[in-house]
Amino acid sequence: MSERHDIAFTLNGKPVNATVDARLNLADFLRHTLRLTGTHVGCEHGVCGACNVLIDGRSARSCLTLAVQADGAQVETIEGLTEHKTIADLQREFVARNALQCGYCTPGMLVTAAELLARGKPGRHEIREALSGNFCRCTGYQAIVDAVEAVALARAGAKP
Amino acid sequence: MKARAFLYRRPDSIDEALALLADTDGAQVLAGGQSLMPTLNMRLSSPEMLVDINRIEALRGIDDRSDKIRIGALVRHAEVLESKVIAERVPLMAMAIPHVAHMAVRNRGTTCGSLALADPSAEMPAIAVALDAGIVLRKRGAERSVSARTFFQGLYQTARNDDEMIAEVMLPAAQPDEVFGFSELSRRHGDFATVGVAVRARKAPGGLGELNVVFFGSEPTPLLSRSARGLTVDANSSDEALSEIASSIAKDMNPIDSHQGRGETKRRQAAVLLVRTLKDMIVRAAHV
Repeated sequence: MSERHDIAFTLNGKPVNATVDARLNLADFLRHTLRLTGTHVGCEHGVCGACNVLIDGRSARSCLTLAVQADGAQVETIEGLTEHKTIADLQREFVARNALQCGYCTPGMLVTAAELLARGKPGRHEIREALSGNFCRCTGYQAIVDAVEAVALARAGAKP
Repeated sequence: MKARAFLYRRPDSIDEALALLADTDGAQVLAGGQSLMPTLNMRLSSPEMLVDINRIEALRGIDDRSDKIRIGALVRHAEVLESKVIAERVPLMAMAIPHVAHMAVRNRGTTCGSLALADPSAEMPAIAVALDAGIVLRKRGAERSVSARTFFQGLYQTARNDDEMIAEVMLPAAQPDEVFGFSELSRRHGDFATVGVAVRARKAPGGLGELNVVFFGSEPTPLLSRSARGLTVDANSSDEALSEIASSIAKDMNPIDSHQGRGETKRRQAAVLLVRTLKDMIVRAAHV
């Protein structure tokens, strides 16, 4: 039996208070305890990126983060990004370009792209490099890179 | 898979953390967790306790201390990547850092954590060896600094004892006449290196001297070449001459056969990387 710890943090802009096992990872806490199943679990060792969430504005693997480590942090999942329409343009572009494919890796892809786009206007090479930390088993990379690039250009006010 | 149960402590001070390490058998430090957590999830390790050092303010920060740059135990790869101090004062590290993992992992993983793990294909241990960095180890009531050149002792083995933690790493600031080079081969950018090379040299009349060549990724620990010492590289060397020098330096290697290639293949790859790196350094030396 694992030790339990009280945690309090901000999730998608709202306060969360919970008591969690020390060994529970953040991905499982989000999915199983809070029923926010938008965050997907793939490899569980930090390679695939399907579980990416934003922690204090930076993308992080929720499978490599303990739920107890979220204490005091600002965590944003795909649900929050969607509700707050932070990446509505990006999501539209994913649909338009069939960058969703099967959809399993999509939340992680969107989280990575959200952080990248928030930092400025990335070029195609930068987009590819950022997305290299996310696996798409359907190999829809071309469409995904296109979608992110289209949003980068649109946000910068340029025509694609 | 899921981690086994463990005790979790999150001390606010270094002394508190050191006390936990001293008093608990099987306690491990958790900083970025980007290598530790996978081993827990896969049950390759099951520490009795994780000592999460993320709340310890004293372990933060990259500090310019005239001849040395201090990187605290909580400094993330992303911070190194974005640091002006590192870019200007530790150019070799600045060259290597874009090769470290991917964005989400760089956001959490730490320089000192990478040194503590001593993965042979990781970039930071090789940089530390090339620069002869000082790795500062603390335990309750004591502190010692170990040269990176003696710190790495084998596959995932270091000079750190169980009751010690890496508090910081001290890197020598680049001298005006120093020239650096870095290159690695991996199947995909950001993946672990099959083989890599980190080089420090001094601008000598007509070329490069005082070579420090470190190979990594192909052996249990970063390998500082002995043969490279004392060699000089003429800036006007032909490709053939550079190839010959690189091949003779790469003879120091004893690469491990693996699914990524035979040892001999890696030695050749290392020599090719070294030629490219030296060429690049010769160009840069012209601007020093």
